[in-house]
Amino acid sequence: MPFIPHTDKDTAEMLEAIGADSIDDLFDEIPEHLKIDALHAIPEAMTELQVTRLMHERARMDGTPLCFIGAGAYEHHIPAAVWEITTRGEFYSAYTPYQAEASQGTLQTIYEYQTMITGLTGLDVSNASLYDGASGLAEAALMAVRSNRKVKSRQVLLAPGVNPVYQKVATAIAGSQGLTFDYLPMDAGRGTLDFDALDDKAAPVAVVIQQPTFVGTLEEVDRLVDWAHERKALVIAIANPTSLALLKAPGHWGAEGADICIGEGQPLGVPLSSGGPYFGFMTCKQAYVRQMPGRIVGRTTDLDGEKGYTLTLQAREQHIRRTKATSNICTNQGLMVTAATIYMSLLGYDGLRRVAAESLANTQKLVDGLLSIPGVEKGFSTPHFHEAAVRLDRPLAEVLDALASRGILGGYDLSPIYPMLGNTLLVCATETKTEADLNTYIDAMRDVLRRSNTRSA
Amino acid sequence: MTELPGDLKYTNDHEWIRREDDGSVTVGITDHAQAALGDLVYVELPEIDQEVDAGGDMAVVESVKAASDVYAPIGGTVVAVNEELADDPERINSDPYGEGWIVRLKPSGDDGELMSPDEYQALLDELDS
Repeated sequence: MPFIPHTDKDTAEMLEAIGADSIDDLFDEIPEHLKIDALHAIPEAMTELQVTRLMHERARMDGTPLCFIGAGAYEHHIPAAVWEITTRGEFYSAYTPYQAEASQGTLQTIYEYQTMITGLTGLDVSNASLYDGASGLAEAALMAVRSNRKVKSRQVLLAPGVNPVYQKVATAIAGSQGLTFDYLPMDAGRGTLDFDALDDKAAPVAVVIQQPTFVGTLEEVDRLVDWAHERKALVIAIANPTSLALLKAPGHWGAEGADICIGEGQPLGVPLSSGGPYFGFMTCKQAYVRQMPGRIVGRTTDLDGEKGYTLTLQAREQHIRRTKATSNICTNQGLMVTAATIYMSLLGYDGLRRVAAESLANTQKLVDGLLSIPGVEKGFSTPHFHEAAVRLDRPLAEVLDALASRGILGGYDLSPIYPMLGNTLLVCATETKTEADLNTYIDAMRDVLRRSNTRSA
Repeated sequence: MTELPGDLKYTNDHEWIRREDDGSVTVGITDHAQAALGDLVYVELPEIDQEVDAGGDMAVVESVKAASDVYAPIGGTVVAVNEELADDPERINSDPYGEGWIVRLKPSGDDGELMSPDEYQALLDELDS
């Protein structure tokens, strides 16, 4: 089936109009040696039937393990109504509602989403989402550079608990614009920032604080926000939206609050799905709204005095400002945002708080159980949310393999990223885990460690 | 018919400059430019002491339908910005050559191409035709 609407005649006419002999001529500025004639590593085309069968076979290979890995993406119960409603025809097209008169429903959905996210993060304005949490950090850093003209530096300092993947993605996107993303030192005992090692001469354009940290701990956010603001740096918060039902909102951190907040929206009704699609959220103080990337929906009054919704502050965006837009990444995962809006609406504030409290309680039970096993110690001395570190007396790879063979994904191995922490394992038990699940894991860990003791004895 | 004060110089980008007695230069956008943009809603101003080259970006004026860069007509250092525009950007619509001034520069000697009122009027006539 041809997916290109132009006929050969159309193409010939267009080439004639611009004075080119062939389509290839349009690419003649690309050196020959950089061109390839075909995609050689791509297998032969398959039929829909064959592809469906292949995907089912691959899905079976994953099995249905009990998952205790978090590390940035979290398994939560998604009420059946969330995707039943999201996939209704009225919602299913995630296309940007530029045409307000034809898109009131979509616009209102986004407006409600923005209201909920500003409420959770304690900040003034929300955009209509970003591609994901990691690219959200790059967008927030670029926004901080544009907004914070008091500081000429392009150095962004990261609290040690910032997700290392976010640091890589942000460097890949914004590094070529001269931004650097440098980590502040970690106190290995606490798993949080080492305040004693802070450089008083530091003058970054922005400081990024993730709460809860990547290693599960809770940072002293108030103190760090005030330290950053004393240096005229903007504060970018990275938050887990579920945690915000229990923890202090970034807009209220320290004396003046975080300036920008971003995060991964996946925990709000989006399945893990092997890594995506997810979505990023972003909120900020009113003062910075004109430097915010992405779409913003506003509520207004139409000619008849009726409530209406429309895209607003569009002069920031690429369809108006082209290369000088606040961002040229348009993908905002509108469908995921629709699911998140319905998820939050169904749960309400109390529901989200129950999810957060249950996840915290389950992780605490899991950690207590694991700590009762000889050879397992506490990872850090500081409090945690629904993810926590434990330290084992032996390398983790073998232990995790043995657990996987019993159908248990036992956690995230922190040792390759943080060698100074030793054999530290990050575990997470959300509200999806039952008492029996927790005991299955604890018993399996006890057995795996006992057997490996016997073998090595 | 758009108003063109005779004591000003104009640019291709529809900006005006006025040489002040103290040697500084005041910059704004022309009546034609404000009319083409429509009601202004926001003006992004440069920092004091910022150095600008002739033709470089200096400020942004945003209306309900577009955002446009304001280029420095001549090179220099920013010595003053019109802070009143932060709360009242429509001053540019109501009084583009007076209360709607945008930036004051201390010239560096890097002069761009400037037009007399008659030359600028000819440019406007050409655009109209």
